[in-house]
Amino acid sequence: MNFDFSDELNQLREEARRFLADRCPTSVPRRILDGDEPYAAELWKAIAEMGWTGAAIPEEYGGVGLGRLAVCVLAEELGRAVAPVPFSSSVYLATEAIMLFGSEAQKQAYLPKLASGDLIGTFAMAERPGPVDATRMAAQVTGGKLTGTKLSVPDGDIADFAVVVVNGAPWMHLVDLKGPGVARETVTTIDPTRSHARIVFSGAACEALPGAERPDSVRTLLDYAAVPMAFEQVGGAEAALDMGNAYAKERFAFGRPIGSFQGIKHKLADMYIQVQMARSNAYYGAWAVHTDAAELPIAASVARIAATEAGWFVTKENIQTHGGMGFTWQMDCHLYYRRAKVLGLALGGAREWKKRLVHELRTRNTSLEAA
Amino acid sequence: MDFEDTPEEAAFRAKARAFLSANAERRKPGAVEGYRRGQDAPGAMEKAKDFQRRKFAAGFVGIHWPVEWGGQGGTQIQNVIYNQEEAQYDVLTGLFGIGINLAQPTICTWGTPEQRERFVKPAMRADEVWCQLFSEPGGGSDLAALRTRAERDGDDWVVNGQKIWNSGAHYSDFGILVARTDANVAKHAGLSFFILDMKTPGIEIRPIKQVSGSSHFNEVFFTNVRIPDTRRVGPVGAGWKVALTTLMNERHGMRDAPGPDVAELFRLAEAIELEDGLAIDNDAVQEKLAEFYVRSQGLKFTKFRGMTALSRGATPGPESSIIKVVAANKLQDILSYGLDMIGMAGPTMGESMPVAGIFEEALLYSPALRLAGGTDEIMKNIIAERVLGLPQDPRADKGIAFRDIPTGGSRT
Repeated sequence: MNFDFSDELNQLREEARRFLADRCPTSVPRRILDGDEPYAAELWKAIAEMGWTGAAIPEEYGGVGLGRLAVCVLAEELGRAVAPVPFSSSVYLATEAIMLFGSEAQKQAYLPKLASGDLIGTFAMAERPGPVDATRMAAQVTGGKLTGTKLSVPDGDIADFAVVVVNGAPWMHLVDLKGPGVARETVTTIDPTRSHARIVFSGAACEALPGAERPDSVRTLLDYAAVPMAFEQVGGAEAALDMGNAYAKERFAFGRPIGSFQGIKHKLADMYIQVQMARSNAYYGAWAVHTDAAELPIAASVARIAATEAGWFVTKENIQTHGGMGFTWQMDCHLYYRRAKVLGLALGGAREWKKRLVHELRTRNTSLEAA
Repeated sequence: MDFEDTPEEAAFRAKARAFLSANAERRKPGAVEGYRRGQDAPGAMEKAKDFQRRKFAAGFVGIHWPVEWGGQGGTQIQNVIYNQEEAQYDVLTGLFGIGINLAQPTICTWGTPEQRERFVKPAMRADEVWCQLFSEPGGGSDLAALRTRAERDGDDWVVNGQKIWNSGAHYSDFGILVARTDANVAKHAGLSFFILDMKTPGIEIRPIKQVSGSSHFNEVFFTNVRIPDTRRVGPVGAGWKVALTTLMNERHGMRDAPGPDVAELFRLAEAIELEDGLAIDNDAVQEKLAEFYVRSQGLKFTKFRGMTALSRGATPGPESSIIKVVAANKLQDILSYGLDMIGMAGPTMGESMPVAGIFEEALLYSPALRLAGGTDEIMKNIIAERVLGLPQDPRADKGIAFRDIPTGGSRT
């Protein structure tokens, strides 16, 4: 049994944690929250120089070739730091889409620039409230031109290009967001530390990802993205737990630290339990993306659901632990709370993933016997 | 990252499988008999002892104990691997769990060479069966508040008082007992730890009828019960520290809550017709099934993480402390939801019910799993204090002699 990361990857995690503690204290997401910058450009440049944006990209395409497990490790630390950078959009989604479904020419054109951080990609799917389903979308490609409107595209206002989901095979297309026929506007969201945009395509030039022929290719991409996303969610949840824990030790009421009251102790124990359960399930997802396992749809769903529920529970109970102070702009509680919900909605909400999980379990006739 | 045994682990697993397949009956896939009251069946004890003797002879008892204890000098991971394999067979080794997993490690850690020589091997072979005499009506979660007295009289101690929740006291040969030897010092400082021969005059055992209707545990009353001082384990007044060794072993050994899990809930959902068709096709049911599956998998992979630590020769991290709390609560939630699907027909018990009536049966024993070996509340205190480093509750009984501690009137 070797259900843990290797020593090398654990070392990478330590390095990433130290680096982000230095370069991305919560004053950095706060600067984005309070100011006009859409993301922390200097942090993005720094992590690209560290090779993080190319962690999973093979060396022949200008990456570091550390594989997807390395992305999971980095994702956890970026989540812990509430980093205001387009890492998930560019790495888990755009880069992954090109690696999975791109032509050789597309890989050569895009991956080296994604690895160096010179190019930021994103993923555009949702068109209306409710679950997303490519076969019910309005976005279409006719004669090489894309028409349609995408809502709440993470980093849609800063990305250079987008992987856009359309109705019809091939189901995903690459679109230059700076080209003609693309109008984008920044939208106000529940988490201003991660910029989002509404994007209108009116006859924008696009090129198909030729590998995305199968109708389930969008789901496959979401599965691959859900695993590092789960690690990012777990990192954020753990940071919120640490914050609540520290506060419970220093805040006194009725002549004693509030962390000595069982009402608070048991709440924090419950938060710890949720984080551990989500972490264990995320590890299963990591194993599945690392080995391209046939169980990936199940492993990704399990990781996604556990991380989403833990992120919500822990970040809201962190506010509760802080009492009235937790509801102030001044305390950092809301940074974790906002981010947890945004990450829990990106890639689709937990309800959708639960439905999909049961569907996969039934169609695959998976053994449900406990280990 | 993988789920594979190392070559050494695989070799050990093969050895364990070979022994088990030659000496025990494999549980049928999906069968629920394992949760049933097998230990109440006639001849169960003799059958269990017979298997235990063969297990001992084959070297699968005390796998990870040091050789000087009489163990095999193996690793923790070997012990886990053996237990994983054994769990797939219909054996009742749980009857000897207190003797082997709790009493003997405590005796080996704190006892005299003579005590070790006298007791360890007979317990390993199940020639002697053990029970635990710790909890009292006035001392459960607050175990150190116990008030069974042991008073020195020449070479003996004379014990008076009462214990409760003593599993198997009615068939045990020996018990590990914690008693108060000094009421004039603070409560943790006045305890001592003893080995009690259950055939000593003055012991009265009364079975307690449980919610489930069976009686696996007892009340045990002591009237002038004499224990030779040679049966004391550890120094006089060190009973709390000695008992902690027992409790650590008890919590360390905590495994999953036995009972219906996601597989059984899926089977139930596939068998029951709701208003709009099969339950398994219903959106609301599917959402619950997914949630239970995620919890079940979370437990499974948390155990895998603990095994990985063992496999690397390390101690499992604090994540292992959550297993009992999560498993017992998940079981109760699954039971309640399963019965809710069965609806008005749900209360009937017996094999004719869906999934052989296991939901109804487990409903009645499941509360015990949230209590035994530390209640949910105590387990959460442990997580909060030992893992998260939160302060202890202020104690009203700190620094005062045991005799002066206020009680709610239950002191006798």
